[in-house]
Parts: sequence; C-alpha cells; structure tokens
Amino acid sequence: MKILVCISKAPDTTSRISFTDGDTRFNEDKVQFIVNPYDEWYALVRALELKEAQGGHVTIISVGGPDLEPIIRKALAIGADDAVRVNVNATDAYQTASEIAFYAKDKGFDLILTGKETIDYNGSQIGGMLAELLNMPYVAVASKLDINGSLASIERDVPGGVEALEGMLPMVVSCAKGMAEQRIPNMRGIMAARTKPLQVSEPSGASALTNIVKYQLPAEKGAVKLFSADNLDELVQLLHTEAKVI
Amino acid sequence: MSVLVFADSHQGKLAKPTSETVYYAKQIASKIGGSVHVVTYGITDADSLAKLGNYGAEKVLVSKSVTHSNDDQLTALVAEAVNATSAKVIIFAFDPMGKMLAPRLSARLGAGLVAGAIAIPEIDGAKFTVRKNVFSGKAIASFTIQSEVKIIALLPNSVKAVAEGDSPATVENFEPAIPEARIKVKEVKAISGEGIPLPEAEIVVSAGRGLKGPENWGIVEDLAEALGAATACSRPVADIGWRPHHEHVGQTGIAIRPNLYIAAGISGAIQHLAGVNGSKTIVVINTDPEAPFFKAADYGVVGDAFEVLPKLTEAVRKFKAAN
Ligand SMILES: Cc1cc2nc3c(=O)[nH]c(=O)nc-3n(C[C@H](O)[C@H](O)[C@H](O)COP(=O)(O)OP(=O)(O)OC[C@H]3O[C@@H](n4cnc5c(N)ncnc54)[C@H](O)[C@@H]3O)c2cc1C
Ligand SMILES: Nc1ncnc2c1ncn2[C@@H]1O[C@H](COP(=O)(O)O)[C@@H](O)[C@H]1O
Repeated sequence: MKILVCISKAPDTTSRISFTDGDTRFNEDKVQFIVNPYDEWYALVRALELKEAQGGHVTIISVGGPDLEPIIRKALAIGADDAVRVNVNATDAYQTASEIAFYAKDKGFDLILTGKETIDYNGSQIGGMLAELLNMPYVAVASKLDINGSLASIERDVPGGVEALEGMLPMVVSCAKGMAEQRIPNMRGIMAARTKPLQVSEPSGASALTNIVKYQLPAEKGAVKLFSADNLDELVQLLHTEAKVI
Repeated sequence: MSVLVFADSHQGKLAKPTSETVYYAKQIASKIGGSVHVVTYGITDADSLAKLGNYGAEKVLVSKSVTHSNDDQLTALVAEAVNATSAKVIIFAFDPMGKMLAPRLSARLGAGLVAGAIAIPEIDGAKFTVRKNVFSGKAIASFTIQSEVKIIALLPNSVKAVAEGDSPATVENFEPAIPEARIKVKEVKAISGEGIPLPEAEIVVSAGRGLKGPENWGIVEDLAEALGAATACSRPVADIGWRPHHEHVGQTGIAIRPNLYIAAGISGAIQHLAGVNGSKTIVVINTDPEAPFFKAADYGVVGDAFEVLPKLTEAVRKFKAAN
C-alpha cells in the first residue's frame, strides 16, 4: 500500500503571536516551528501503523520553502520512508492543495492522509480540495481508520454520535484525535532520517483564490471579577443580568 | 446575484446553525441585491423549512434522493443548486459537514473559500473581505476572495440570527442527477450518556486534574444538570481515562464556543484555552489565584472545587426556582 501523508509546519502552541509590515504578515521571528500536531500524531503515526501491519510505503509531502527541512526530517525520524518538498510558499489552501494534487496525480497512492486542520490557519480545507482535484472520495475529521484489502472502514464524530463509514481505496482522509497515539522518535530514527531521500519538486504554478490582507489581535478581556465561595448567589445573578448567559 | 445556503440535516431535522447561516446569507444578499435560497436533504417536514423565511430565505430546495451524508452526493447536490439558482455566494456552517463539503465545492467551482468566518463580510463591489480566527483564536485575519463565485463557511455561534421576516419560504423538491456515493454510512452510533452534544451546547461545565479522580465527577454533573449544560474536560483527564475522549476540549480535542464555559480545577494552559477562548463568558474555579486561566476569565472563584461546585449548584437551583 502506498500512503502519502501531508504535513505542514505550525508555530509551537505556546508561541507569542505578533505581526509585521503594517499587520499584514505573521512575524516568524523567534517563533519555534513544529510539525502540525494533527499531521504528526494522527495522520503520520496511523500511516506507519498501517504500513507495519500490512506492508507498504509512507511518503511525506510538504509544500513550502527550504525552512521546512527540520519539520520534514522530524517526520522521517518518526518513521516515514521518504519525503517530497514542493518548493513554493503557497498563500492559501487552494494553492497548497493544487500543488499536492499536481505531484500526487500519477503516483498511484492508495491512501492520502492529512491532519484535521493546521493549528495556525485552522481551515480544514486541504483534504477536501485534494480529494476533489484527484477525484477521490473524502472523509473529514476521522477518528478511526482500518484497511482491509482495498476496503477502508472509518469512524468520525458527528453531532451527538459516531458515524461508521466504508469505502474503497484510493481515498483521502483527514485525521483527528483517536486515530493513533503520538510517537517520540528514537535515536536510530533520527540518525536514519538524515539520509532518507528528500526530493525537492518544482511547483506547477497554481494560483491562490484567497489572500490575507490584515491581521489583528482579539479585543482584550476586561479584568476578571472575583467571588468568594460564600457569595455565589451574586455570581449567578451577574451571569443572568450582566453576562445574560443564564 | 443570489446567495445559496447549504443546510445540513440530522435525523430529519435542520442542523442547529441553519438559522444563523440563513440570516448571514440574508445580510449578504441585502448588500449585493439578491435573494437567499437554501438547499437541503433528508427533511420531510415542509413547515420547518418554510419557517426559514423568517430569517430571509425565499426558496428552499429539498432533495429526497440523497438520504445520508456523503461528500460525493452532497457536493453534487450543492453544485447543481448553484447552477439552478445562479448563486454567486455559497454559505456553509463550519461544522463537520461544512468542513467536508465546502473545500470540495471550492475546488470544483474554482471558488475561493474562507473557512470559519466570524463576521458578516465587508463588501465593496465584487470585493469581499471576510474575517476569521487564526492561530487557534489568538488572532483574527481578514481574507479577500479573488474569484467571482465565493464560498464562506460560518463558524457557529458567531452571529446572532434575528427573525426579521414573516413570509414563509417556498419549498420545492429538487432532484438533479446525482452520482453514486463512494463512501457509505454503515451506522450512526449515538454517544452513550444521553446528555447534550458538546459542540452544540450553549452552556458547558468542564473540569480538569484538580478534581483528583473520576469518582468525583458527580459534583460536575450536578452543576451541569442544574444549568442544562454539557460536560467537558481537559486533555490529561481524557488521556488517563477519567472521562471519555469526546469530552476533551482544546488544541488537540474539539474547539467549542458556548455562551457560558465553567472550568473547575483546570489550570488554563494555552492549548486548553485554544479550544475554549471563543466562549462568550468564562467562569473559572481554582484553588490557585495564580492559575493562568483567571487571565482569560470573566468571573472567577478562588477556592476548592469540592466546596465551590456544590454551592454553585445550590445557587443555580435557587435562581432557577425563583425565575
Ligand atoms: C501540543 C500540545 C497539545 C495539547 N492539547 C491540549 C488540549 O487540547 N486540551 C487540553 O486541555 N490540554 C492540552 N494540552 C495539555 C496542556 O498543556 C495542559 O497540560 C493541560 O491542559 C493541563 O490539564 P489540567 O488543567 O486539567 O491539569 P493541571 O495543569 O494539572 O491543572 C490542575 C489545576 O487544578 C487546580 N486545582 C487543584 N486542586 C483543586 C481543587 N481542589 N479545586 C480547584 N482547583 C484545583 C490547580 O491549581 C491547577 O491549576 C496539550 C499540550 C501540548 C504540548
Ligand atoms: N503546506 C502544506 N504542505 C503539505 N500539507 C499541508 C500544508 N498545509 C496543510 N497541509 C495538510 O492539510 C491539513 C489541513 O490543513 P488546513 O486545510 O490548512 O487546515 C494539514 O493538517 C496538513 O495535513
């Protein structure tokens, strides 16, 4: 089974968020980048588990500049076989998806996994766009994925329940919590990753459909109003009269 | 210049954010001078559909042939409806179904998508500027959409739907040619414990490691019951199995935006806040006055959850009895 795992870099969850160039650009200065957690913990690890159980090959793809290299090496250290970097700083999800589709279209992947969303732009878009561009079926936000021959069984959370789904490969699945458990790369993996193939692929030149024109920080919260354990009637009153939430 | 809304259905009923998405579409339609159409499936109660007229819908198209949720058929259904109504703007809710369909439709139509909009767009001729949360709620970005046809997925609980009209929408059957579904729904298992589904709950009572053990959750559930709230938890609590995984909120769990979020015995780590900072009002109960959560809270009680939760439940019951 040939599996393609899409990975993105994301600012470490504790990063301070600030902007430059008149609030039109994210300030990457001093920001520590990590592999987007959904891609690493769920999509990649599940791909590796499937490969370990039934044989196959796991390729990483990431769209972006040379600064992606440490992110890609980390994914290789966790266990992917090889990697591709599409050399373009895409400005929106459609451009990113188009480049991944351009690379993947004639490679015969049986399964393409993405994370549920990137934790920076939180769009949940790439998987669905990719599925459309490659004419594959798509399951979004899956919490379980099993493969039997070419039949995929999937579960996903829906409001009030869990949906159990089935379909034939190839397909695209976006991965959320439940799919797998985080793996910490060991020394051997880290050493091996240094020499695993990382191909740089030139972009097709797809264009973006949307554009970010400005960033702002959310309005500051006012100071917290404190109550003692003996004064909770007043708190409840304020939740009614002031906050109007009960 | 019509605006088309896709409305999801659950067990034969309209999905909860539909009044919001229809109202949102109406605000856009008023600015660009057009009408609002809705496309949905799997709903036989025509009255509930006609009532969308109150939020500004002129016509509702219903398919009976699509019976279960799958991306192939529903994307085709919406694409056909776009054609039939000459829609230039398409609105989804940014919920599990919207996340599945909107990107697929975007790529099919070459229509730019803003996924997770939090406000009505600014419209200047053909230029739409749409705001959405980025960096897990730590910032807001304004997006412009370049393409002629535009898609917006609206984050639930971001706009307040106001029933402004009183003329019912016309309801029509809509049965375009639809392809086979490549993904089949085998079954939908209801989550055990009848409670209110967390993503839709207006009030959520949540607890963390400060509760010491799963046997102590009774006081959390009591408060939730008194308030008609859903329950949630921090990640370590789900990881050690004190609570079910679907209750885990935050960066790596689910993100929620209730009107009221009450957190007891949760420190307020940034990854936890990422999943709850869209809540309208936050109440924090913690023994440690330095707990970071207080900085994100509107109201706080510095105290022991084992004392505060039962007392708060009492106070809520008293309030409910009197009002
Ligand atoms: C990449 C990444 C992703 C993560 N994703 C998530 C996520 O999605 N969701 C999430 O929640 N966490 C997430 N975490 C973990 C997060 O960093 C915190 O470790 C976690 O939220 C802490 O949970 P907690 O507040 O329940 O426990 P603790 O941090 O142990 O806090 C317990 C709190 O309870 C208080 N307390 C103790 N006794 C009492 C009492 N009797 N009454 C009242 N208060 C009391 C303490 O003062 C303390 O503030 C993530 C971490 C990483 C690195
Ligand atoms: N630049 C990128 N290169 C490769 N994959 C990406 C990139 N950006 C996002 N993805 C994948 O698409 C998923 C969803 O991203 P998004 O649509 O931005 O929320 C991520 O979890 C990744 O798996």
